[in-house]
Amino acid sequence: MYVFFSNPTYHHPDCSSREITMASIVSHLTSSFLSTPGFCRPSQSLHQSQKQMRCTRKSVPRTISASIDLKPTPYALDALEPHMSKETLEYHWGKHQRGYVDNLNKQIEGTEFDGKSLGEIIIASYNNGDVLPAFNNAAQVWNHEFFWESMKPGGGGTPSGELLELINRDFGSFESLVSEFTLAATTQFGSGWAWLVYKEDEKLAVVNSSNAINPLVLNYDPLLTIDVWEHAYYLDFKNLRADYISTFLDKLVSWTAVSIRLLEVQAVVALRKKADENIAELDAIIATRDNDTTEPEDPDEY
Amino acid sequence: MALRALANGKTLGRLYHQQIRGLQTFSLPDLAYDYGALEPAISGEIMQLHHQKHHQTYITNYNKALEQLDDAIAKGDASTAVKLQSAIKFNGGGHVNHSIFWKNLAPTREGGGEPPHGSLGWAIDQHYGSMEKLIAKMNAEGAAVQGSGWVWLAVDKELKRLVVETTANQDPLVTKGASLVPLVGIDVWEHAYYLQYKNVRPDYLNNIWKVINWKYASEVYAKECP
Repeated sequence: MYVFFSNPTYHHPDCSSREITMASIVSHLTSSFLSTPGFCRPSQSLHQSQKQMRCTRKSVPRTISASIDLKPTPYALDALEPHMSKETLEYHWGKHQRGYVDNLNKQIEGTEFDGKSLGEIIIASYNNGDVLPAFNNAAQVWNHEFFWESMKPGGGGTPSGELLELINRDFGSFESLVSEFTLAATTQFGSGWAWLVYKEDEKLAVVNSSNAINPLVLNYDPLLTIDVWEHAYYLDFKNLRADYISTFLDKLVSWTAVSIRLLEVQAVVALRKKADENIAELDAIIATRDNDTTEPEDPDEY
Repeated sequence: MALRALANGKTLGRLYHQQIRGLQTFSLPDLAYDYGALEPAISGEIMQLHHQKHHQTYITNYNKALEQLDDAIAKGDASTAVKLQSAIKFNGGGHVNHSIFWKNLAPTREGGGEPPHGSLGWAIDQHYGSMEKLIAKMNAEGAAVQGSGWVWLAVDKELKRLVVETTANQDPLVTKGASLVPLVGIDVWEHAYYLQYKNVRPDYLNNIWKVINWKYASEVYAKECP
């Protein structure tokens, strides 16, 4: 299994040894911001539609449709041992996530969702709470991709830099964040997820969600997640969810990934603010010009 | 020393208070069979964890929530009383549901899997066409439960009619209808099958019918529909 960092806009080195400047992030993000809703990394591939193989009454031209991929994990399936076993990843990624992908592709083929990005499908099928059938599979595909990328071999430790500053500002301390995140993950009843998110008021917060619900539909920007569906931990920890959560925080969580996501979100927020300022400026100029009652020059004078 | 006396006094006071109010605490019911007796349909490992860990935890947390509720009621603390409702529903529901579940199962040598012959058998054929059709319906609905939950065969005691229903998480069956009485409940939380069947919930559902205790279901049905 090969290793590559999940973010398609740039390949990222270890955060701790290089300074990531806002400017570099912004320049990478400008194109992606303009082309996507700004919160997710769609995974798509093009393949020939099955439709062309079927006989129909009229001949149809060859059609290409886009389908959702089973995105590889950012590391080998045994790379998180001994904290999360290879067996768990083989089932969790190889069966559960693959099932969500396959079932989603079956559901969207030939529908208005066919060819859309994962993020678009999630928002559209969430349908403001009146969920359509594709939502569960689409959201779970996204959630799992985000989950694998929230961990790394040799993870754990503590965050630093801008991320730590915001954590201290919004939670009081890193320990306080750990405590709140743990509580959210422990008390999520039934299946679901716990998240660290960046909210509209530019503050960090911990939220938990049930089944497939994720921050995208709650209008928050996700920074970190832990899967607390029983299939995520049962093979390694049986009923001991609390042990799984502390292992996740002590040995697996990738604060690097969280830092990068934070910078991306902040860059998008900054771009939006700048755009709003520019628009306001233009509006003001237009208003001034429209109010100007000076006579135009008479071209016949020349 | 004084502190210890204080603590004892407080504990005694609380117990006395509970005695007077009749606050009952719950304890783990015994299974009528050994953990390994349902094999190969359900492994002994799963049965032991499911009973001793999962069900016990629901009971422990239910008792704790009830004590806190009792306290809040005594103090007239309405907001705490209301805040506790979800913990009571989760954990109390977990206790109620699992207590039924253990009675829904029996080793094959004690009748597990043996279809009902009396009035329940007749009602199943009447309503669903055959036992096979009922099983197919329950398996389909059980497999379709998203996340955690239960699939039930129930009798509506008002309408005297069989119903197949699902509930989410540990919601008891009555949350789907006050007149619904559970006859057979199948736990489709992942902890009920994962160690043995992994992600293949349909295999678990196919196999559990071999150890379903129709004798118990028939008794409950006969009581509601004499």
